[in-house]
Amino acid sequence: MVEDVIEKKTVKVIKVDVDKCIGCRACELVCSAFHAEPKYSSTNPAKARIRLIMDEFNDIYIPLYAGEYTDAECNGRNVYTIDGKTYDECTFCRASCPSRDFFKDPDSGLPLKCDMCLDDPPLEEPLCVQACRCDALTYEEVEQEEEKEESPDEMETGLQSLVKKHGTKKVMESLARISKEAD
Amino acid sequence: MRYAETGYNLEIDLSRGNIERVATDPRDSELYLGGQGTAAKILWDRVGPEVDPFSEDNLLIFSAGLLQGTPVPSANRTSVDTFSAQTGLYSHSLFGGFFGPEMKHAGYDKIILRGKSPKLVYLYIHNDVVEIRDASHLAGKGTMDTAEILKKELRDSKVQIAAIGLAGENRVYMAAIEHYNSSASRGVGHIMGDKGLKAIAVRGTKDINIAKPEELHKLCMDKYTEIYDKRVKYAGDVLTHENNETFHTNSFAWGNARERRKDFWKPEMTAEWGKVTEDHLLRHSACYNCPLDCHASITYPGRRTFFYKCYSKLTYAMAAYKDLHFNYDMIAVTQEYGLDGFSTPQVLAFACELYEAGILTDKDLPDFPKDTGERFFYLVEKIVRREGVGDALANGVYRAARQIGNGAEAYDHNTTKKFEQLPLKLGNLNYPFFLMYATGEKMCITQIEGAFPQDPIRDIEKRKAFVEGWEAAPERFKKWYLEWEPRTQPSIEASVNIADWNETGHYVDDSIGMCAYVSSFRGQFGGRIPYHMYNLPDFISLASGIDIDTDKLWEAATRSRTLIRAINNRRGLRRVDEKPPGDHWKYRDAAVEKQLLDEYYKFKGWTEDAIPTKEKLAELGLDFVAEDLINRGILTDNADTPVKEPSA
Repeated sequence: MVEDVIEKKTVKVIKVDVDKCIGCRACELVCSAFHAEPKYSSTNPAKARIRLIMDEFNDIYIPLYAGEYTDAECNGRNVYTIDGKTYDECTFCRASCPSRDFFKDPDSGLPLKCDMCLDDPPLEEPLCVQACRCDALTYEEVEQEEEKEESPDEMETGLQSLVKKHGTKKVMESLARISKEAD
Repeated sequence: MRYAETGYNLEIDLSRGNIERVATDPRDSELYLGGQGTAAKILWDRVGPEVDPFSEDNLLIFSAGLLQGTPVPSANRTSVDTFSAQTGLYSHSLFGGFFGPEMKHAGYDKIILRGKSPKLVYLYIHNDVVEIRDASHLAGKGTMDTAEILKKELRDSKVQIAAIGLAGENRVYMAAIEHYNSSASRGVGHIMGDKGLKAIAVRGTKDINIAKPEELHKLCMDKYTEIYDKRVKYAGDVLTHENNETFHTNSFAWGNARERRKDFWKPEMTAEWGKVTEDHLLRHSACYNCPLDCHASITYPGRRTFFYKCYSKLTYAMAAYKDLHFNYDMIAVTQEYGLDGFSTPQVLAFACELYEAGILTDKDLPDFPKDTGERFFYLVEKIVRREGVGDALANGVYRAARQIGNGAEAYDHNTTKKFEQLPLKLGNLNYPFFLMYATGEKMCITQIEGAFPQDPIRDIEKRKAFVEGWEAAPERFKKWYLEWEPRTQPSIEASVNIADWNETGHYVDDSIGMCAYVSSFRGQFGGRIPYHMYNLPDFISLASGIDIDTDKLWEAATRSRTLIRAINNRRGLRRVDEKPPGDHWKYRDAAVEKQLLDEYYKFKGWTEDAIPTKEKLAELGLDFVAEDLINRGILTDNADTPVKEPSA
């Protein structure tokens, strides 16, 4: 039985003002340093979870954050014209996607995703925001109320995906066999 | 493991198509740091004085500074070093943007090019993939056109391009190498053209390792804030943001470095010229990992977007007695051709003067327009193609004057060591600046001046307050500054020290890749610079693991500087070549000038003929240089100099 509940939660927001961006890519550098292992031990913008989409000839400077991984690229794409400048839809898309080489670790190919510089103790602001002195990136924490579906627990989610992949019958059979073996 | 640097150079032989990745000696990094320093060592070792700049044996070296690509803010200047056909001497240039850091992430501290490609090529680097590729489709293309075409072709917006335009392809001596918002000027583009190399495209996705990560991170985060907070008064280029052009239009000379117009700028022009910029400005942009946006990008009708910073905004306008509209239109054209915005305007104005004087005639310049502005556009087309008299003009003022002859030599009045100087015409001899103009080997005063203020603050209380917080200055300079009477010259001893401190700061910056706008160049304006000799050792040590303090840093910079002097001595540079442009100051004093040079050479550990002594070389660990100079008869064993005809 799934019920709707009202929940309060804090949403971390990085605001991007593309008009203020000066294109220094300090955001990329500090991001890669923060996520290096051990922390700050190396730099490599190719591993950053933020990327400055840049076309200096057309004055396009868009800092973009890495979002979810997707295993397939879009079927169709849109092209946007804003204030006379033309942007590919990918310019604004946060996905780590097969259509492009970024938001993937250049060595392993594993997807990268912005984690807002999750740290213990927590940072006051994500590092990219701290390094962005021209305020193209600013940070806010916003309280939001949201209706939330009570989500199924972890095991149920796992089972559902197994069912989706192998079919109910196969999963039931396997469960029966495993429980027999366990007995 | 190597920290801050990759430990590898890329060696490319363009004649044979050979490509090698060569490990470097970490000891060289300790001695010369990187960038210009280690490049000088390579040029000393591998390019003898007999090598013609246009020979296959000349090297063209792109060097990342030691701190490039590390978290240290504003360390993004790439050094380009070679030998110039214009001067016959060592040629050094710098550019910002993203090129050096990308090269390091690709796994290389330097790209060393030798040989000449039989046809036009470009170099493609993506980590370990390095290819010499055909560039016939890029022949004659503009520098920014080339960058855009390559980015599209390579399907990678993060690939960094350094390219020459038509000027470089045709070995025009004023040719620059252009990259994003920056350009490497002062005589390196013609060598890239001579090597048949249209562009380098580099992309890198490897780590750069840091020796002391946590400590360096903390210092760098604080430094972002400090640099940004100081941006108006003590760092960066305020003049790029400034619409009031009183400083440049009053201080610099117009035409062929001829005339100061102290009454040119009227208050209402700030708004008028400001509107021109506002109407065409796209944004101000920064170089890699720097919070300062010193570069303006401009779009001008019918032209490609271009970039400028500082005085480049006015060099063409002032040389042609025109306005900002003209300058913007002119940069748009000349940046695509890849022409240096400091020396080119002077060559153009020089040609106009020769025409007015009847030395160049309608035969040399058929259909020469009446308007100076139109003349400039006309001449640029001749020069970049080396067409007609453009062929001589493409060799710069000094050489063109001698090729054209017929009295043209008299119009070459603003060059030093055969190189165009900033158009400054001043009154009284300035002691430290005399030394810097005369002895500098970075060819432009902006690359030599910087640490010590140009004038004393008149109010002694304010001057005391200035000195109190002057962290960048060694103690002796504080004393000299306090004692400095307005409208007088510092003592000979102070002047010698000031000239040395000024240029040494640049030798530090150019080896670590630090931008002079937050460091060596800016101390003269207000003193509170973000980086200086006392805090840089921490950044260098924490990033690279090299154990260094202020004394050792000063010594490393002196070592590079002395080596470069020896490189040029080997090519004939002597005391006789060390003089400022003849009419730079109206009032000269031969006796004082002699004394200044005598004392400066002594201070530097050079002979009376401007050659480093055996003792000085030994002190810096450059015994091998002394040995070579002695073997060649340039130095004698007792450190005295045989009299030789200067040939530089």
